[in-house]
Amino acid sequence: MIPRIYIPADSGALALGAEKVAKAIEKELKERGVEAKIVRNGSRGAYFLEPMVEVATAEGRVAYGPVKSSDVKSLFDCGFLNGGYHKRWLGAPDKIPFLAKQTRLTFARCGVIDPLSLDSYKSHGGLNGLQKAVAMAPADIVSQVTESGLRGRGGAGFPTGIKWKTVLDTKSDQKYIVCNADEGDSATFADRMIMEGDPFVLIEGMAIAGIATGATKGFVYVRSEYPHAVATMNKAVAIARKAGVLGANVLGSPNAFDMEIRVGAGAYVCGEETSLLNSLEGKRGVVRAKPPLPAIQGLFGKPTVINNVISLASVPIIMDKGAAYYKDFGMGRSRGTIPIQIAGNVKHGGLFETAFGLTLGEIVDEIGGGTASGRPVKAVQVGGPLGAYFPRALFDTPFDYEAFAAKDGLIGHAGITVFDDTADMMKQARFAMEFCAIESCGKCTPCRIGSTRGMEVLDKVAAGIEAEKNLALVTDLCNTMKFGSLCALGGFTPYPVMSSITHFPEDFKPAPARVAAE
Amino acid sequence: MPMQPASTEIASRTAAIVNELKGLEGPLLPILHELQEEFGHVPQDALPVIADGLNLSRAEVHGVVTFYHDFRARPAGRHVLKLCQAEACQSMGSEAVAAKVKQLLGIDFHETARDGSVTLEPVYCLGLCACSPSAMLDGEVIGRLDDEKIEEIVAEVRS
Repeated sequence: MIPRIYIPADSGALALGAEKVAKAIEKELKERGVEAKIVRNGSRGAYFLEPMVEVATAEGRVAYGPVKSSDVKSLFDCGFLNGGYHKRWLGAPDKIPFLAKQTRLTFARCGVIDPLSLDSYKSHGGLNGLQKAVAMAPADIVSQVTESGLRGRGGAGFPTGIKWKTVLDTKSDQKYIVCNADEGDSATFADRMIMEGDPFVLIEGMAIAGIATGATKGFVYVRSEYPHAVATMNKAVAIARKAGVLGANVLGSPNAFDMEIRVGAGAYVCGEETSLLNSLEGKRGVVRAKPPLPAIQGLFGKPTVINNVISLASVPIIMDKGAAYYKDFGMGRSRGTIPIQIAGNVKHGGLFETAFGLTLGEIVDEIGGGTASGRPVKAVQVGGPLGAYFPRALFDTPFDYEAFAAKDGLIGHAGITVFDDTADMMKQARFAMEFCAIESCGKCTPCRIGSTRGMEVLDKVAAGIEAEKNLALVTDLCNTMKFGSLCALGGFTPYPVMSSITHFPEDFKPAPARVAAE
Repeated sequence: MPMQPASTEIASRTAAIVNELKGLEGPLLPILHELQEEFGHVPQDALPVIADGLNLSRAEVHGVVTFYHDFRARPAGRHVLKLCQAEACQSMGSEAVAAKVKQLLGIDFHETARDGSVTLEPVYCLGLCACSPSAMLDGEVIGRLDDEKIEEIVAEVRS
């Protein structure tokens, strides 16, 4: 058997030098006259170990990481093609504690298989869900998704099945499935990882959504900041089309479904669903007022399912293993698993898929291993730039939609950014306003003007100008933005701002007092 | 700096792109991306051609082009360096990285070096949040920026 070497081509691994490692391995193979097959897999998500190279041996896969190109010669000398010991030796990848502790449903294949091999996908359970779906009545598919308890993983947490039912029940000559892959929130990379590491699962999920709702056309709207994801998705769609997974007869059934990959153009607000639809139509990415719901009048005015990448990529396993299997994981009204992305100043950063219910403290301290800088954790921002900053005092909050809402926060797309004690929360609050000002689509006044005024008022607080009065003004402004904005950009910017003010009041004291306190 | 193509040439190359892509549903963004690929920016002279080809007003096309951060009104430098300035990178010192790069290149964000070598831009998230601070140089991703990597990048864009 020719040895197989897995070297991730995931953006995160590439950013840490995977390409250099691949080149060095190729060169070494040539020089030593050894034959081996190199597979460019996705990442398993343990970024503190990337680039993580794996070798398939008779006893299963053996991982090495983080591998530098300068390690390659010695890896060969240590017999790594047979799993030999080396200082970068990690053993069986699924025994690495960070990976062993996870429950991988949506990400089961990510980092394991060759992302562009449909055979590899099938041999790991791929297409089982779609296979079942083509033999089912649309309403039965929808009810299975509803029963699974799957909620929109993009952030809003709206039940996916209910959305699908509305589209199914709306009569129209044309319906669409739109996948929101405009993953702009800092600390999130789950969508990117799936698109780069297991693109067929997204294609399968979209095809199932199409069959369930009567939509024959799908679009994936990927942000332009993800060129590797765009390239992989385009290749995967072409392969799927050729294999009859997409096209006039999905898997040989009478159902038609095809899709296109579209690229955004650097507007954060296009992650908001109605703004995304306008952008796909070729318009300014301005938010639409709801109603009408996109499920009734969406893309080009037609009934449209618009779901996040992870929501759609979770559908195949629900169809394959059943609603009860998926629903069995989780807590309360948050069912199934959630890919938590641990990022920022953290020792063990990466993607951790698990059932809902871990506490924030377990995620940050135990799984994340605390800060990368080794300093104490001061705050964690959960849910991207529109999510609240949580202090250590709230680390007992369980990872669950409702539990986070009860603490004036949100799960969002499940990204967590860790900050150490050098973070200045006034600066973070000001940045939230600044970001909103840069990215506001301009449609509604609270967001467009409120964000700029918010920045100015916080600057006054920082300068020690009537700090108390101006903080009251910021609070009032946040209230207006929260309840008066059309979408989550203006509406949720108050979360990071108000949580900073509430939980870290010492950072908002006028400058002289802060100096004296230090 | 490369010579700018004449406006008639822009018009004919734009018309070809519009014709090729106008059959898509919602063709405007794909057309603008293709134009930027072709010219390195979206030239003013292309806008009336697009408007004509898609039966839109020039104002509508102008509105779309200017809404999105990606579309440039002028060509960028030979290299484009994007530094992530979003929260995860902030927590790992992206501000200091930006200050150092700006100082070494002698330009601020949204500026191009006078010799046309490089354009520097902030970006809000590259999805490399578990390997912060991160950057993108001409589409290539770079994580865990440190002094050594910054100096390598600067040397590369200057060469």
